[in-house]
Amino acid sequence: MYSFELEIPTTVADAVAALGKDEAQPLAGGQTLIPSLKARLAAPSVLVSLAQIDEIKGVTIEGGTVTIGGGTTHATVAAEVAEAYPALSYLAINIGDPAVRNRGTIGGSLANNDPSACYPAAALASGATIVTNTREIAADDYFEGMFTTALEEGEIVTAVKFPVPEAAAYIKFEQPASRFALVGVFLAKYADGVRVAVTGASEDGVFRWSEAEDALSNSFGADALEGLSLSGDGMISDLHGSGDYRAHLIAVLTKRAVKAAA
Amino acid sequence: MTKVTMTVNGKAVSKEVSGNTLMTEFLRDELHLTGTHVGCDTSQCGACVIHVDGESVKACSIFAAEAEGASVTTIEGMANADGSLSVIQQAFQDYHGLQCGFCTPGMVMSAATLLKDNPKPTEHEVREYLKGNICRCTGYHNIVKAILAASGQDVTGIAAE
Ligand SMILES: Cc1cc2nc3c(=O)[nH]c(=O)nc-3n(C[C@H](O)[C@H](O)[C@H](O)COP(=O)(O)OP(=O)(O)OC[C@H]3O[C@@H](n4cnc5c(N)ncnc54)[C@H](O)[C@@H]3O)c2cc1C
Ligand code: FES
Ligand code: FES
Repeated sequence: MYSFELEIPTTVADAVAALGKDEAQPLAGGQTLIPSLKARLAAPSVLVSLAQIDEIKGVTIEGGTVTIGGGTTHATVAAEVAEAYPALSYLAINIGDPAVRNRGTIGGSLANNDPSACYPAAALASGATIVTNTREIAADDYFEGMFTTALEEGEIVTAVKFPVPEAAAYIKFEQPASRFALVGVFLAKYADGVRVAVTGASEDGVFRWSEAEDALSNSFGADALEGLSLSGDGMISDLHGSGDYRAHLIAVLTKRAVKAAA
Repeated sequence: MTKVTMTVNGKAVSKEVSGNTLMTEFLRDELHLTGTHVGCDTSQCGACVIHVDGESVKACSIFAAEAEGASVTTIEGMANADGSLSVIQQAFQDYHGLQCGFCTPGMVMSAATLLKDNPKPTEHEVREYLKGNICRCTGYHNIVKAILAASGQDVTGIAAE
């Protein structure tokens, strides 16, 4: 690891000020960033820990919206949205392992936008709003491809607002070695239609499967998906699965998600 | 360098650390508590699990300065006050829950938070909870058995998988 200074502010304002320094980067749970620092994939001169900022932690549930502070750990999300948004709780409790869930945060996951991460699928399928220290970004405009988001340098995810759906399910086909999703499908049904977001599959990161959304919005049932398939072109191909295999899994998991949500 | 103060296994400690000093380095190199093992150093294997304010955390993936003011427990703090093995540690010995012993500190620390939150877990729950603790020797079976035994449950009927 290169050397750096570690700052531990307790307010968003102080964190933003610290992030204004040259080569500064936020540190949340460190579950992704600390291993990358060790691999010298990142070389910040100042690391700004967000872990002591109480104003970006915790969950509030109000009028059909679940708002989760950007610094809230996966373990806290799992526990606190269990009743209000069970599919989201299920997603959180199946991230990694208990020690990872005690440190890793929703803001870190969404900022990182790993192509196999779970939260991006939930945010996109729920039409969530990513709240930062400067603005609000619709999930549809936020994810810009593998490890790329609309966040500007020094911008902090302070909260994520999820409209609670009528029904939802997350089906994760786990890659057993990494515990990330080999493919994961998050389906959410709202009064104005169904949204289906897929993680783990595309080389462009999380995406919406619009044909499935149209079919399911017309008639909500696994039958509606009969005959729908995706091409393996542009899908991730690696030692864990080919692009065609991943494309096949998306259709299978989407059917399972419909059954689980129905 | 910044000064950090925390409680480790019940004792107050205060030391100067650099920003990039990991908790594993702080425990092993500064405090000479070498029971916390480093297997992967990338938050994958769980050999380094410790408790920070009662929660399991991978010590290789938290900086020492982040534990300012915290109460930390390592494997060295798990034995009973008289030095005898704790129930979980004794069960690992009784049920042959270790071979080389490299993963054992992390296994015991994870087992302790599991049983704190879920005093009578099922075999499946134990296996799920240990997802982040990798063992290259035992095949896990006797580890699971030891933890179930430590929870006071009858393990005679548990067949090897
Ligand atoms: C063994 C293991 C298994 C895992 N399994 C899964 C899994 O199944 N599914 C899954 O989705 N994830 C998984 N993860 C990843 C885990 O969820 C991470 O916690 C997460 O990706 C990063 O969150 P973090 O809080 O640790 O962020 P960090 O590692 O601290 O930061 C990640 C990146 O985000 C930036 N950042 C952090 N917080 C913010 C913020 N609030 N605003 C702006 N930028 C920010 C940092 O600068 C850094 O670039 C796993 C990780 C491990 C180690
Ligand atoms: S050494 Fe920390 S998880 Fe492997
Ligand atoms: S006993 Fe050797 S790694 Fe677990």
